[in-house]
Amino acid sequence: MSEQQVDTGRRRFLTVATSAVGGVAAAGVAAPFLMSFFPSERAKAAGAPVEVEIHKMEPGQKINVEWRGKPVWLLNRTDEQVKNLAKLAPALADPESDMDQQPAYCKNATRSIKPNLLVAVGICTHLGCSPTYRPDLAPADLGPEWVGGFYCPCHGSKFDLAARVYKGVPAPKNLEIPPHKYLSDTRLLIGEDK
Amino acid sequence: MSKGRSLLNWIDERFPLSSSLKSHVTEYYAPKNFNFWYFFGSLALLVLVMQIVTGIFLTMNYKPDASLLPGSNVSVAFASVEYIMRDVGGGWIIRYMHSTGASMFFVVVYLHMFRGLIYGSYKQPRELVWIFGMLIFLCLMAEAFLGYLLPWGQMSFWGAQVIVNLFSSIPVIGPDLSVFIRGDFVVSDATLNRFFALHVIAVPLVLLGLVVAHLVALHEVGSNNPDGVEIKKNKDPVTHLPKDGIPFHPYYTVKDVLGVAVFLIVFSLIVFFLPDMGGYFLEANNFIPADPLKTPPHIAPVWYFTPFYAILRAVPSFAGTQVWGVLAMGAAVVVIAFLPWLDRSPIKSVRYRGPKFKFMLVLFIIAFIGLGMLGALPTTNVRTIVSQILSVVYFAFFLGMPFYTKNDVGSVPVPDRVTESTTKMKINFAIMVALVVAGAYLFATII
Repeated sequence: MSEQQVDTGRRRFLTVATSAVGGVAAAGVAAPFLMSFFPSERAKAAGAPVEVEIHKMEPGQKINVEWRGKPVWLLNRTDEQVKNLAKLAPALADPESDMDQQPAYCKNATRSIKPNLLVAVGICTHLGCSPTYRPDLAPADLGPEWVGGFYCPCHGSKFDLAARVYKGVPAPKNLEIPPHKYLSDTRLLIGEDK
Repeated sequence: MSKGRSLLNWIDERFPLSSSLKSHVTEYYAPKNFNFWYFFGSLALLVLVMQIVTGIFLTMNYKPDASLLPGSNVSVAFASVEYIMRDVGGGWIIRYMHSTGASMFFVVVYLHMFRGLIYGSYKQPRELVWIFGMLIFLCLMAEAFLGYLLPWGQMSFWGAQVIVNLFSSIPVIGPDLSVFIRGDFVVSDATLNRFFALHVIAVPLVLLGLVVAHLVALHEVGSNNPDGVEIKKNKDPVTHLPKDGIPFHPYYTVKDVLGVAVFLIVFSLIVFFLPDMGGYFLEANNFIPADPLKTPPHIAPVWYFTPFYAILRAVPSFAGTQVWGVLAMGAAVVVIAFLPWLDRSPIKSVRYRGPKFKFMLVLFIIAFIGLGMLGALPTTNVRTIVSQILSVVYFAFFLGMPFYTKNDVGSVPVPDRVTESTTKMKINFAIMVALVVAGAYLFATII
């Protein structure tokens, strides 16, 4: 060892500089690994719109369509069911659909383009289970006030037939209404509205 | 010098083989008064080895592929599990060992943690042993959750759907975070593949590192014991060895072999006669291929997550978000790690603690088992209220600890040397176990 004094200032500068440059390099190397965790281009492209024939739907009938891997419900509500929607407002958390859970053209009393046909993403806004269609009136498990709706089996959230959430259940928001449009009177396109 | 001895010398000059064996096995002095509760650490190590070995063999035939077989609703992954069960030689027993091992891992780890709780094994100077142990527990929970997706059955799919959605309730970053975890906008093939990678390599590597750290930290400070007496404080003046210590080998290796034998008998009975444990180890709905359009009528996690799941469900959503339940569930796990600093008592073992701690401990046992049972059942109004009460008790045990452990001293003072357990203690233990079983049965019939 030489007798020379150690230049601690220079040593500290080199330590800090090396650490900083190394840190930048580590962050750079981490980037591709983090990016690989996000949806791939193929996954992003898989959200193509889905076309559905609806002329065969009976009043009261519900069909499921898969769009972006999620269940989308098409429910042809009876006139009676549509009429009941207005009465439920006091029991609902967001009866006027103020939260941004639907396209602007569905922010109305029935949350739909045509009053009878409901189109909704069948994924509970609580933790993502798919609620069950329960059109029966006043069943034993849901109580005498029940006029038909959707019931989530996972955590007991309830929705009416316009997919609006009831008060006092775990789900905080109404079910999502996907963008959709009518190609003709009998053909519906889900996933695109322009 | 014999050939063997000279080979050992050759190695020892290049690698600390003999000295490591001495310091960790043949001359690791453990307190001489270990009891029943001290089986579960070595059993956890045994189950870890079994999970790794069976897991390696399962990967040789399992395919992490969610694409559907042509003309069916069965995925390649689901079919490969059925293939293992039906066509691979010995496949069924390897898989049942792995699935039973998952549940038994939690059985032994919960008992191991409970031991630490009653004898104060988390207290100074063993805080880091406890922290490493909690990190191991977190890794185990991650392993269980990730592995449960792999068969791609209904419970796999919807369980993952619910748990990943827990993250989406976090404000601002939540929705993006859940997409980041899934690698897609829904639970899909991308999710299955990454869960497979994490389950078979990433988390096990971390887990093994943590197990080493857990043991190194333990052997640095020495084992606690049922009396909570530090044996290192009482050393023989000539040999400098703790008077109350005995070498781990052969004394505790022999003891643990007995524990292993009993454990393997129970384990084999489950593997051969009750592999699904009536729906608690393997859920009936998971024998149905995943259907992204249809949720099973009743979703419950596997039994080892039910206490925390019950806490999640007990907290209602308010202010337009359900993040509170998620936070409570996370806190229920994390709070355990803070035990060394929540406990203010100078006394380690429950044997010498005062009535306040014992009372709270009984409440905690009731709360934990009660929540575990409630989390497995569908909700009703009454059950929700009971879950809420028990959740409060659960947190009160931990958060009240700084207050009720202060000046809480038992009638018998802490001895200087370790004691042998008396017949009275053994009878008390039997009565406690009987009370827990009877209480749990009664609770199950009432709710």
